Amino acid sequence: MTEAVIEIKKLWTVFQNGDKKSVIHKDLDLTINRGEIVSLVGGSGTGKTVLLRQMLGLEHPTQGSINVLGKPAAELGKRGAASRVGMLFQQGALFSAFTVLENIAFALRELKVLPPELVREAAMVKLQMVGLTPDAADKMPSELSGGMVKRVALARALIMDPPLLLLDEPTAGLDPESSDSFCLLLRALHRQMGLTVIMVTHDLDTLFELSTRIAVLADQRVIICDAPKEVVAFAHPFIHEFFLGPRGQRAMELLREYPFTV
Amino acid sequence: MPTPAPRIEEQTSPEGRRLVVSGAWTAADLTEKAVWDALKIQLTGLKPGQAAETGQKDKTSQTGETAETAETAETGQGDPASAVYWDVQPIEKLDHLGAQLLWNHWGRAWPAHLAIAPQQRAVLDNVAKFSAEPSRPPKTDWLAPLAALGQRLLSMLDHLNALLRLVGQLVLDIGRLARHPAEGPWRDLSGHLYHIGATALPITALVGFLIGVVLAYLMSEQLRQFGADAYIVNILGISLIRELGPVLAAILIAGRSGSAITAQIGVMRVTEELDAMRVLGIAKGFRLVMPRALALAVVMPLISVWTTLAALVGGMLAANASMGVTPAFFINALPAAVEVSNLTLATGKSVVFGLLIALVACHFGLRVKPNTESLGQGTTASVVTSITVVILVDALFAVLFKNVGI
Repeated sequence: MTEAVIEIKKLWTVFQNGDKKSVIHKDLDLTINRGEIVSLVGGSGTGKTVLLRQMLGLEHPTQGSINVLGKPAAELGKRGAASRVGMLFQQGALFSAFTVLENIAFALRELKVLPPELVREAAMVKLQMVGLTPDAADKMPSELSGGMVKRVALARALIMDPPLLLLDEPTAGLDPESSDSFCLLLRALHRQMGLTVIMVTHDLDTLFELSTRIAVLADQRVIICDAPKEVVAFAHPFIHEFFLGPRGQRAMELLREYPFTV
Repeated sequence: MPTPAPRIEEQTSPEGRRLVVSGAWTAADLTEKAVWDALKIQLTGLKPGQAAETGQKDKTSQTGETAETAETAETGQGDPASAVYWDVQPIEKLDHLGAQLLWNHWGRAWPAHLAIAPQQRAVLDNVAKFSAEPSRPPKTDWLAPLAALGQRLLSMLDHLNALLRLVGQLVLDIGRLARHPAEGPWRDLSGHLYHIGATALPITALVGFLIGVVLAYLMSEQLRQFGADAYIVNILGISLIRELGPVLAAILIAGRSGSAITAQIGVMRVTEELDAMRVLGIAKGFRLVMPRALALAVVMPLISVWTTLAALVGGMLAANASMGVTPAFFINALPAAVEVSNLTLATGKSVVFGLLIALVACHFGLRVKPNTESLGQGTTASVVTSITVVILVDALFAVLFKNVGI
């Protein structure tokens, strides 16, 4: 069963800078189905993060439509949005005045329906699911290492078990070891919770490790969105440079189909 | 897409009491107020029912296990829920929050008789593995208020100590500037002069003017009773030039620029810019504190004179309107009414106010911890403290110079 989680149709994004117009996206189409892990790649300035923010309804496209879980993206940020979409921001964006546990529980607690003990326990489970120990619960975000910040931010994104998870550079700024373990964690969560994941990443290892499909943004649109093998074989100057350069060659050794079905 | 509400149905089947759990047990559904309230009633309704069930325990255990139910009998000896058959297979959607709710309802243990699908078991396993008894808050300490009092005293001493260091550092930095004027942060200084001084001119003029008007009107009522109309010049002259002008300007600048300085330096702490400066070998005292302190020391007397002038103009116009004291008379009488030493005193006072505002603002800015809450607290503390300090020091000046100029 293929069920479209994200449907982008005829999307135009134009940024007006003074009297200079720059077109970022032009007639961009993209459909992402349930259970996929799709990576968005592209050179800098091709609007990957902008596209991600548009999927969240944080920015509005100039033209065209974005449907997330069957509803327009602009209607996402309402009450209980955390149960529909989770987002892992690049810097974590943890609330610095809250403890780790309060950060994780925030979305659930703010609905003010469930009793506080239940919310606390639910947050504790998520805290440990992302590989943190219970004694991290009372720490402040400023006391955490980079890897821990990402884990807490992931736990916060998952507090209401949303079916869709967006990641902006999930492994940027992590050392290879933590970035590997973060990949493992994401994959395990993906399998356990049947998540649909969309991520923006430059890290080729992460890309090949996780993606079921790779969407390449170039020439103001998605030039190809297919399995990693097909994408690498696609003839386009950007793909050639990105995947077949020396860094790409090394990471390509990882390339294998991710055996996964939902 | 409407999902059926989470519910628990009680069925009496041949093998005993059977609880069938169905519906959508997800965070999205459970956080709907109506759904949660209905479910809570069901859950609390079940609890006493289970207790009553213990009596029938023998009967149900005799019926034995049926093939269709996957049985778990890890726990449950003496557990009230053990006599009940739980069937969670009809649940359409189960996520971690729903699983947590079930788990808590089961008293944090697997029920003895449970029919469950493998995927549901995986979710419940997660919850079971990570669920811990919530930690109890630590006991209240009776000595805590005393300790808090001591803490406050110590922190006050700490603030004083840090402020003293800041003054010392400022003196050293000014010495360095005097020795090597070319090294000085002159562009910074001129920027601060503009932002703290020039942009504050309209608001200080407006406030000063209105205070002058208000004072003149209030005084005119009183003075007319004694027929001492002409003394409006003395009263306005002395009070505005010596006292109100400098203090008013200082309070406005403390609120306007003191908070800005604290926030600027505080944000630099939050974004690690202060650490970057230290690593690059740039002294924050010389580069951050000194230009602001010098700028305020220069700007404050100027703003003070400006505010005083605006207030005098306001007072003069109001005196003319309410008592017919002409501006020409007012201006002629002013030099006789107010000695020049008052102006010197006011200017000197303003320099001290400016320095204090800058030092207090920088002090609180540098103490901000890298989180948003601390930034807010620091800014508030900075404004409150600098205004208090300005008024305290003003009182000190009033006592010390009580024989000057009056």
